[in-house]
Amino acid sequence: MSLIIKNASEYKAKLGVYMFIIYVIIYTGFIVINVASPKSMAIILFAGLNMAIVYGVGLIVLAVIMGLIYNYLCTKKEDELNK
Amino acid sequence: MIYAASPLAIGIFVAFVLGVLGLSSFFARKTQTAQGYYAAGGSIHWGVNGIAFAGDYLSAASFLGICGMIAFDGYDGFLYSIGYLAGWVVALFLVAEPLKRYGKYTFTDALNFKFNSKGIELAAAISTLIVSTCYLIPQMVGAGDLVTPLLGLDHHWGVLIVGVIVIYIVATAGMTSTTYVQFIKGGLLVVFSTILSIAIFMNGISKKPYDNYHEFKSFTATVTDGKVTAINDASYTIIGEVKNPSGTFIKLKKDNIVSWWSLAEKDGTVTLSETLNVTNTADGQVLYNGAPKADQRFFQVGHANKIMMDGKEVDKTGPVGPVKFLATIKQSEVVRFTKLLVVDGGDKVTLWKQNITSGKDIMKPGLKFKVDKGSTFLSKLNFVSLMLALFLGTSALPHVLIRYYTVPSPKDARKSTIVAIGSIGFFYILTVFMGLGAMLTGVLDLQSSNMSAPLLAKYFGIVLFSCISAIAFSTVLGTVSGLIVAASGAVAHDLITNFMGIQLTDKGQVKAGKIAAVCVGIIAMILGIIFKGINVSFLVGLAFAVAAAANLPAILMMLFWKKTTSQGIVASIFVGIVTSIVIILLSPATYLDLYKTTATAPIPLDNPGIIAIPLSFLTLVIVSLLTQKGGGVAKN
Repeated sequence: MSLIIKNASEYKAKLGVYMFIIYVIIYTGFIVINVASPKSMAIILFAGLNMAIVYGVGLIVLAVIMGLIYNYLCTKKEDELNK
Repeated sequence: MIYAASPLAIGIFVAFVLGVLGLSSFFARKTQTAQGYYAAGGSIHWGVNGIAFAGDYLSAASFLGICGMIAFDGYDGFLYSIGYLAGWVVALFLVAEPLKRYGKYTFTDALNFKFNSKGIELAAAISTLIVSTCYLIPQMVGAGDLVTPLLGLDHHWGVLIVGVIVIYIVATAGMTSTTYVQFIKGGLLVVFSTILSIAIFMNGISKKPYDNYHEFKSFTATVTDGKVTAINDASYTIIGEVKNPSGTFIKLKKDNIVSWWSLAEKDGTVTLSETLNVTNTADGQVLYNGAPKADQRFFQVGHANKIMMDGKEVDKTGPVGPVKFLATIKQSEVVRFTKLLVVDGGDKVTLWKQNITSGKDIMKPGLKFKVDKGSTFLSKLNFVSLMLALFLGTSALPHVLIRYYTVPSPKDARKSTIVAIGSIGFFYILTVFMGLGAMLTGVLDLQSSNMSAPLLAKYFGIVLFSCISAIAFSTVLGTVSGLIVAASGAVAHDLITNFMGIQLTDKGQVKAGKIAAVCVGIIAMILGIIFKGINVSFLVGLAFAVAAAANLPAILMMLFWKKTTSQGIVASIFVGIVTSIVIILLSPATYLDLYKTTATAPIPLDNPGIIAIPLSFLTLVIVSLLTQKGGGVAKN
């Protein structure tokens, strides 16, 4: 291990921005459908659940999943740099 | 509505409060340094910090406000859950680690890291104080609302109790005790919300939620010359009729009790339906469904009008799973209650009219935020504005930001954010079930949407109610203490030590922080009493807008745009604060709820985000470009 702990700031910042943009696009999609075509929110997608519920809960679950992926990638990079 | 206190509820509540106070006293002995007071010594484990984030963030607004809004307006309340959670994505991907790297005790430190500017110190400290105060108001209002059913005390007692306890927590041990209070509360809130949700699924949906649930009456009326002249129940006398843009309302009398009925006409048949009402009479009396409050005639409501399960109509569903629960509501019909104001001579009558709503409408946006039926460009803009403010507000809240300084490293800051997203996200999904559960279980107090979740817990027994209420109360304690630590840091660390340059010893800094905490606490108590009765989630939505407009452009641009200057940051913070607050003060919602006037508000927008946030960004860019040579650029 090197004496200075490297924390891969640039890599993490870049990765963070990319993942942020992906989430923003999906979040914006939710707002756009609500405003432009509110009726589509009532469309049943599966098991009697409509798009409003699936998309809404999906946004919450997606944030958790993307958080885990981000942490995995950041930790991997940090470990590589500090071997 | 009348609430009777139960000894068990009081017992659990008192035990909880004593536990919290004991914890604070324990940590007080260990907290002697400024680093310990403001940032818990930077030694909190990331897992504990993550749950403490949840404790910090899942405020009265989330638990009381969102559940209440879903119970009254269906899916629209859930939009807050989505927006609040999505905001954490900004915190995790863009803000968490750099802020930890650059700052020491407060977010002002991080913002000023590259510039060392007096202007930034002042602007960011003022912004912290304003945002914390905006956020404190709904917490205190929530505390006041809660204490009534729990302890049978008036609203202002709740505010005072929270104020005093929180001042004690913060003034004894600062961030350390605050963190552990939030950790315990965050954990308990998620666990008990899960228990409550399971109870809802086991209970299922029923047209008559409990045996003595109110039987709503309706009459057929005869109309002559446009006036109701007779009804098909001779025991009632017709004593008045009011027509206004919201509809026609008939005043009946039976056994000396006055009642109000809403008129509807369908296929030539005129029907009168029972309403709930509160009358402020010309001689100063307040009558609940025609009688004084003590007579307890103002009953709890909330039921399904028609339950469709797998295409068949049923009276009750029996136990259901979460997916079936949502799918059944979607096919069914629910009775909601629409609030209307009627003037009858010298009497002011607040009416809640039955409003049969299809499950289809309840399970999608539109009942509160007009995006579909009856929508206008402006109502859609309001919706977009709210979603924008919620998304960008989280990572600009000072009490969330200071939590990054309690962990040892940027890596821990990141990990604790992920724990926060997981636990907060799980809780927000549960808000749908708790809100809809309250809507259908006959527990709603129409005068206070904020009480929906605790009252739902009461339906399942006094033990669950006592626990949920004590947790909800501690929810307020946790969030308020976080806010007061943030505000006291802004005053003592940013303003006194840094901005004014008054050199305090380490002990002096802690003392200044404690004195500031007491002052902010007292202000919060006063505001909590003034703002009684407004939905706490709505108020928090506004606090988010102020935070997003004032702080986020500064934070993001400082991190990601090299040309940012200190002057640009200062200008954008002030523009953000001023525009968002001016828009709020001149908005229709403030006119109606705060000034209690029906006059047209000068600005037709309820949520300032869509104007204030871009304007703040724009200000930062323009001022920064104009001041490139002014010496305010970042020092590397």
